Amino acid sequence: MNFPLPDLNPVMPEILMTAFALIVLLLDLLIKKKEAVAVISIAGTAIISLSLLKTTGSTFGGMYIADGYSTFFKIIFFINVILTILISIKYIAVERVNYGEYYSLILFSTIGMMIMASASDLITLYLGLELMALSTYVLAGFIRHNLKSTESALKYFLLGAFSSGFLLYGISIVYGLTGTTDLRLIATFITERGLSGNLSLLLAIGMLTVAFGFKIAAAPFHMWAPDVYEGAPTSITAFMSVGPKAAGFAVIGRVFMIAFAAVKADWATILIPISILTMAVGNIVALSQTNIKRMLAYSSIAHAGYALLGIITANSEGISSMMNYLFIYAFMNIGAFAVIIMLRSEGIKGEDLSDYEGLSKTHPLAAALMLIFMFSLTGIPPTAGFIGKLYVFMAAINAGYTWLVIVAVIFSAISAYFYLRVVMYMYMRDPKTELPLTTSFTNGLALAVTTAAVLIIGVFPTMLVEFARAALKGF
Amino acid sequence: MPGTYLPTEYLPVLIFILVAEAFGFGALLIGVVFRPKKPYPEKLMPYESGINPKGEPRTRFAIRFYIIAMLFVVFDVEAIFIYPWAIVFDKIGIFAFIEMVIFILILLIGYIYAWKKEAFVWD
Amino acid sequence: MVSIGFFIYFAFAIVVLSLLVVTRKNPVHSVLWMLLLFFHIAGLYLFLNAEFMAAIQVIVYAGGILVLFLFVVLLMNLREELSIGKYTTFGPTGFTFALGLFVAVSMSLSSFIAAPPGKYSIDLIKQETHIKALGKLLYTEFIYPFEVASLILLVAMIGAIVLAKRRLKS
Repeated sequence: MNFPLPDLNPVMPEILMTAFALIVLLLDLLIKKKEAVAVISIAGTAIISLSLLKTTGSTFGGMYIADGYSTFFKIIFFINVILTILISIKYIAVERVNYGEYYSLILFSTIGMMIMASASDLITLYLGLELMALSTYVLAGFIRHNLKSTESALKYFLLGAFSSGFLLYGISIVYGLTGTTDLRLIATFITERGLSGNLSLLLAIGMLTVAFGFKIAAAPFHMWAPDVYEGAPTSITAFMSVGPKAAGFAVIGRVFMIAFAAVKADWATILIPISILTMAVGNIVALSQTNIKRMLAYSSIAHAGYALLGIITANSEGISSMMNYLFIYAFMNIGAFAVIIMLRSEGIKGEDLSDYEGLSKTHPLAAALMLIFMFSLTGIPPTAGFIGKLYVFMAAINAGYTWLVIVAVIFSAISAYFYLRVVMYMYMRDPKTELPLTTSFTNGLALAVTTAAVLIIGVFPTMLVEFARAALKGF
Repeated sequence: MPGTYLPTEYLPVLIFILVAEAFGFGALLIGVVFRPKKPYPEKLMPYESGINPKGEPRTRFAIRFYIIAMLFVVFDVEAIFIYPWAIVFDKIGIFAFIEMVIFILILLIGYIYAWKKEAFVWD
Repeated sequence: MVSIGFFIYFAFAIVVLSLLVVTRKNPVHSVLWMLLLFFHIAGLYLFLNAEFMAAIQVIVYAGGILVLFLFVVLLMNLREELSIGKYTTFGPTGFTFALGLFVAVSMSLSSFIAAPPGKYSIDLIKQETHIKALGKLLYTEFIYPFEVASLILLVAMIGAIVLAKRRLKS
């Protein structure tokens, strides 16, 4: 019995990335200077990203699909990897965990995210999620001698494993109802057999919402995020706040829009209270935080709430606005964390809000960059954050959820307090001591790229918006 | 649906399990029933060759046992994946052979990594 | 008829054993009840004519993963006498959540309609043994999940060494 060889062309990015991650793992054993391993990782990732351009199609019997949607998300993941490695090189030396496995684990996590974005089958979705999650658990606990880092890895792992249990329960109920795990076949089965009102299907959707909600840190499944973001190494916090979140949204978009297309009313109704609760929790609890990493964790929770508005609209305009939002969010979040990394030096943690007092007088450039990122996170024009929120809110209004947009705008206004509080500390207070900044060429490069992206997209948004719309053709 | 299949070939296994349990439980049960029950504190203390036990019975556990167990599980699962392949590999074509080589290669790279990181050194 | 009886026994035993696993004060007792639980699950697989799955369940779960659990229990030096009431008792919150989930699941599952059976019926698998049927599918149709699984195993290995090795060679 000779099975036909599956078409390997669409899956080329993952294959190249896997081979490259294995090579980086072996190179770590041979090369003493870990900075060289980092530079090789960046170069390799950049070269592999070029292979994304020509590969589309469905392969492996419908389990893998490479279309515009997955390509857009893979671009976000590649940007995430390159920026994270750039900001990590000096940082992990300061934290005294300069091991080469760091880079190969980041690459494996990205492979997991790519598998998730291209998953057209529930089994491959689960495997991609586990690959990404397992690598991120290890990375969160990478500072082995620090108690907070180990605690964050433990909390992330326990809650992540629990949510994977919910995911598998939901997948098993869907499989029992439909006899297949392929997303498109599930959709045809639901419409053919008229399973739209079935309570078990609703239970399965609920379970999947719990699992995906955990991954994107949506309330009430957000409890892990502040502790994990605070304890993990700051470069990994930057990585975690963008990568798994974007991958979670990619998966939500695909599963809910393709597999459960017939029951849109049901899952949109489930997601609306979750979105409101997420925005509420994220914005209100952030008001009282004094640790800037925890504050950014709650802000990250709130941003997930805004992006969920795009999914609730359940049409292609909403999904493209969500993709837009995540692309912009990647740049501004990593930029903010890059500035936080600069304040961490030998013996000084630099995570407290009081460390930012008077930063404009001691290090004016760093303060100015932080100002740009805080403005962007709040959503003030002409930064990119404003563009992201604008398109999501427009899509929600066009779909008839005006009241939801009003709620979102109110919460967005509340968020201005804690973002601009940082700006106020930097510019209107006097510095207590002069904190030394840990600057490095690569961190500076990352800051330059993120600032440029935030400002350029804020002023010329059409290119990105059109790209997101075009990516959804044939979705 | 449950209730339509009976694995009759495994009946000897069931009888084996039942007899083994009967032996174990029987031995303990007969002991419990027939032995005299007169405990006093000195009899209930843990036995340490006649000396009074001092301190906690548990020492600080070495983590190297955990690493060994973890590596065992990973390579055990790899072996489990190889079993069905070994039975059908002459029937599924050359491509399946190459896939299995890739699978083993990925785990071989992991093995080289573990070797070089001195995970197998008992220190 | 007999197989329904066996199924009822297995189902009942699995529920009771899992309750026992989560309620024991001594963690080693907990793990040992889990061992018995794994054997019952293997029995369930046996009654679905999945004998290879039953064997894997015993070899991997009972033989590998349970050992890992025991090592962690021994590593953390958990003692039976030491129990902080807030963290080790059931508490009304946990119980209410579990009960609520149970009610929700049982209400929803009452309207469960099973999909029509696929092409791998029990008779077809009895003809060519289960392990051959599994092998024929796993390495041809399901090659993609299979290779991703190898990556997950690799990351698990790296993770164990990076996090647990006392002196990590740079």
